[in-house]
Order: sequence, then C-alpha cells, then structure tokens
Amino acid sequence: MTVTTAAGTAARLTHVTKSFGPQQVLDDISVDVAPGEFVTLLGASGCGKSTLLNLVAGLDAPTTGTIEVPGGRPALMFQEHALFPWLTAGKNIELALKMRGMPRADRTDEAERLLRLVRLRGAYTKRVHELSGGMRQRVALARALAQDSRLLLMDEPFAALDAITRDVLHEELTRVWSETNVAVLFVTHNVREAVRLAERVVLLSSRPGRVARQWEVGIPHPRRIEDADVAALSVEITEQLRGEIRRHGQH
Amino acid sequence: MASTETQPATTEPRPDDERATSAAATTAARETPAPGSDLAGLEAGLDALDTHATARPALGEALRHKVLPPVLAVVLVLALWQAAFALDLKPDYQLPGPLMVWDALAEEWYKGTILGVVWQSVSRGALGFGVALVAGTPLGLLVARVRPVRAAIGPILSGLQSLPSVAWVPAAIIWFGLTNATIYAVVLLGAVPSIANGLVAGVDRIDPLHLRAGKVIGARGLRGVRHVLLPAALPGYIAGLKQGWAFSWRSLMAAELIATSPELGVGLGRLLDTGRSYQDMPLVLGAILLILLVGIGIELLVFAPVERRVLRHRGLLR
Repeated sequence: MTVTTAAGTAARLTHVTKSFGPQQVLDDISVDVAPGEFVTLLGASGCGKSTLLNLVAGLDAPTTGTIEVPGGRPALMFQEHALFPWLTAGKNIELALKMRGMPRADRTDEAERLLRLVRLRGAYTKRVHELSGGMRQRVALARALAQDSRLLLMDEPFAALDAITRDVLHEELTRVWSETNVAVLFVTHNVREAVRLAERVVLLSSRPGRVARQWEVGIPHPRRIEDADVAALSVEITEQLRGEIRRHGQH
Repeated sequence: MASTETQPATTEPRPDDERATSAAATTAARETPAPGSDLAGLEAGLDALDTHATARPALGEALRHKVLPPVLAVVLVLALWQAAFALDLKPDYQLPGPLMVWDALAEEWYKGTILGVVWQSVSRGALGFGVALVAGTPLGLLVARVRPVRAAIGPILSGLQSLPSVAWVPAAIIWFGLTNATIYAVVLLGAVPSIANGLVAGVDRIDPLHLRAGKVIGARGLRGVRHVLLPAALPGYIAGLKQGWAFSWRSLMAAELIATSPELGVGLGRLLDTGRSYQDMPLVLGAILLILLVGIGIELLVFAPVERRVLRHRGLLR
C-alpha cells in the first residue's frame, strides 16, 4: 500500500475493496472528494454504500486499498438521529465539542452558535424526546458540525422523514454547507435527492459495489427538487441505475 | 424557495395549537426580518406542528391517582385483619389483632430500644449494599464488555441470583464464626450478583447506534465508557441496584435471624427471633411489619425518585 500525499483533498479513496468472508462488497472504488465539495454516492440495495461510509469514517478497515482523510476524523450523520437521550440537545453538541478538546468555558457559546446555525435557537435545554423528527436531525447536524471536521459523511440522513420536512432540510443542508465550506459525502438511494443536493453524483453498481458512472451537476443554486433541470438529469441517472439493476435479474 | 402551500401553517397558528406553537413562534418572529426568512418561517411552523408539549399532571390529580389507591388497599387489609380477629378464627396468641401488634410495637418504643434496633439493621444493610455496589459495578462492566470473562463467569453470576443467600449462612458461620463478617459475607453474596447482572442487562440493551455515534465523535476507550456506555446503561443499572437492595435486605434478615449472638447486637432479625422464643405473636408480627416498612421506605424514598428522574429525562415515562 502506497501512501501518497493527499493535500488538496477532503478524502481520497484509492482502489478500495472490502470483503466480508467470501462475499466481496466493494470492488476497486477510487473516489476523490475535493475540499468543500458536495458529492453524493447513489446506488440500489447491495451496493455497499453504508459499508463505504463506515470505511471512510474509520469504523471499519478496507480489505485492500487506501483511504486518506487529511482533515482528521470525519463527522458522520446516520439515518436515525443517534442523539443521546440522557443529554439535552445543547449537551449533546457540547459532548462532541468536549471530545474534540475544546475548553469547557467555550463550549456553551459554541453549542448555542451551532444551534443558531441550524435554526434551533432556544432548543438548548430541550430533551431529545421533546423534539420533532426534523428538529432531531438538525441537532444531529449541529453535533456533526461540532466536530469541526473538514469532511461530513451522511448516511441517508433524511430517509426517515416526511416529504415536507425532507424538502426543508435539503434547503437547510445546502445553506449550512455553503456557509461552512465543509466537504460532504452523502449516501442515498433517492436519485432526485442526489441531484438536488450534489455538485457531483457517483453511481455505484451493486454486488459488488463499483463506480459505474459519475455526473457533474452544473445546475445553479438555489435548486428545487421539482426543477426541470433536476428532473431531466434525474431521469438520465435513473435510466442508468435501472440498467444496473436489470443486469442482476439476467443471471 | 420554500413551498408556499404550507405557509399558512406558520402565519395562522390554530388557537388550539397555541401552547405548542408559542416556543417556536417566538423564534420565527425574531428571525422574520432576516433574508431567507421564508425558510425560517416554514421551519418554525413545521417544528411547532410536530412538537407536542407534555404537561405534568397537577398535584391534586397525582395524589388522587397515586396515593389514594395504596392507602385504600392498606385500610382494606387492616379491616379484614380486624374482622378475622373479631370473629375469633384463631386463638389470640396465634392471631392477634392489629391493635395488639400496635401495642407491642409501642411497648418496644417506650423501652427506647426500637430505633436502635431498626438503625442496627438499616446501617448494616446500607453498608453491605454500598460495598456490594463498589464490587458489583466493575464486575458487571467486565462481564458485559470482555467476552472471555463473560463466557467464564456470566452463567455463574446469573445462576448465583437464583441461589437463596440464606444457604450461605452455615458456610459463613464456619468461616467467620458469629461475627459481623458472617453477616456482611451473606449480604454481599446476595447483592453483588444482582447489581452486576443489572449492569450487564443494561449494557446489553444499549442501542448499538449510540455506541457507533459515540465512536464517531471520538468517545473511545475509557472516555467512551464514561460518556456513552455508563449513561446509556443507566436504566438497567438502576433496576439492578433496586434488586440489589432488595437482596441485601433479605439476606441481612436471614443472617440476623440465624446468626444470633450477644456480640452481634440486636437488629430486626434478632427482634423477630426474640418474639419467636417467647411465643410473642404480636411482637413477631410487629417485627415483620417493621422489616416490610423499611424495605418499602428505602425503595420509595431512595430508588423510586432516582429511577423516575432518569426515565422522565429520556422520555420513557408518561
């Protein structure tokens, strides 16, 4: 395994493969994420999206290949909010600040600032169960941002939300991303969501996961999921995705 | 920008939603002048619609629902007891009435010894429980998190829970003689497995997602135990502590009842034994009543408030 200098990238995956026993899940994945870039990984079931994120997050090690994340340990947001129910919203964020090594005196102010960033001013003392699904995901986003990592990994973070809330959080995420300059690697199986959010869409094939094709999304912000440009590109990507899925029915 | 069809939700809060909207509405109002307030307003509206404020019931209502039923139950039991006594179902020396038991306890009270007797037992129980807590917690943590340790002693630990600790009394007397060490040994053998098992159960029930989230934010190793594992396991741990106390108290009574010696002082178990040797049924029943009252009292005054607080904070209590 060669260690190359990865200056000028937020994450660099080089020929990454991953097997669980005899089953190969990921095959020769090479993806670069530039600093501040928004990339979505798109794929059907069995493409190993979540496995790939776990590898980048350092929760698991690749079988072969290298993963470089120069900006330190990446932040990770899950499909469920994964907030700690024994802490208030503010204290959840403060715990991440503490683990990052921020002195106690600065933590409360920083937690309040992050809550304002996700438009949850005044939610500091709220318990997790007192928040709605959308509010919980925004606190989870604030907690992820509290790690001050240069790379934010998101594992279908809006999949469990209702359509109206998801739409609002797309807008919110785009705003927070443009204000913070964090690079985002966003996993989803929702083609429109991928096109709505990303600068670049990476389509993975299934079993094993390989990079099938990539698209640069040149549509200017603000975008809406209903926009004609978004819809047109989504149709093109969906066709390719369906082709990938059909191949599995043939053997 | 934000979809307009959902806008009325924020601009016209329904009167019946006033309680829920108030918190979020102030946020929206403050941010209205800012650019992009369209989204902020929409978001505040969604938050308000999805949030349900839960009010704690009023004191009067709580008293009626929580205090009245057990008081009625106690009154009913006393009435049945008095009726059985009045009907002479058994001779008085076998079935004394509630008032006779009360008199027996009052007599002990006037002798000025009863508080000392109760304190003797409670202080022993508390000390034994404290030591069991200090020993059982690391033991439970080891069994829960270290696989070989779990395989080796996990089954023994849960098996020990079903062994009545009174079975240890003869062995403890042979080891330590009629000393306090015997009593504490029996208490510990009763309580440590409960506390350790409670913690193991608590750790086993932790949502794996919380452990992963802890790792992601950098809470690994001992910091992970302190900031994620222990707080996440707290509800199960507290249930284990409650059971640990019950086992301490039971084991203590068994030990005091069997291991009687002038050097050991007079506890509630000893009082019970004194009543038996004099065939003094009112005293025996009085001692049983005191043992029960201490057990319930500690549960209600110490464990119940802690447990309710923990569960309420996590939204696990309605």
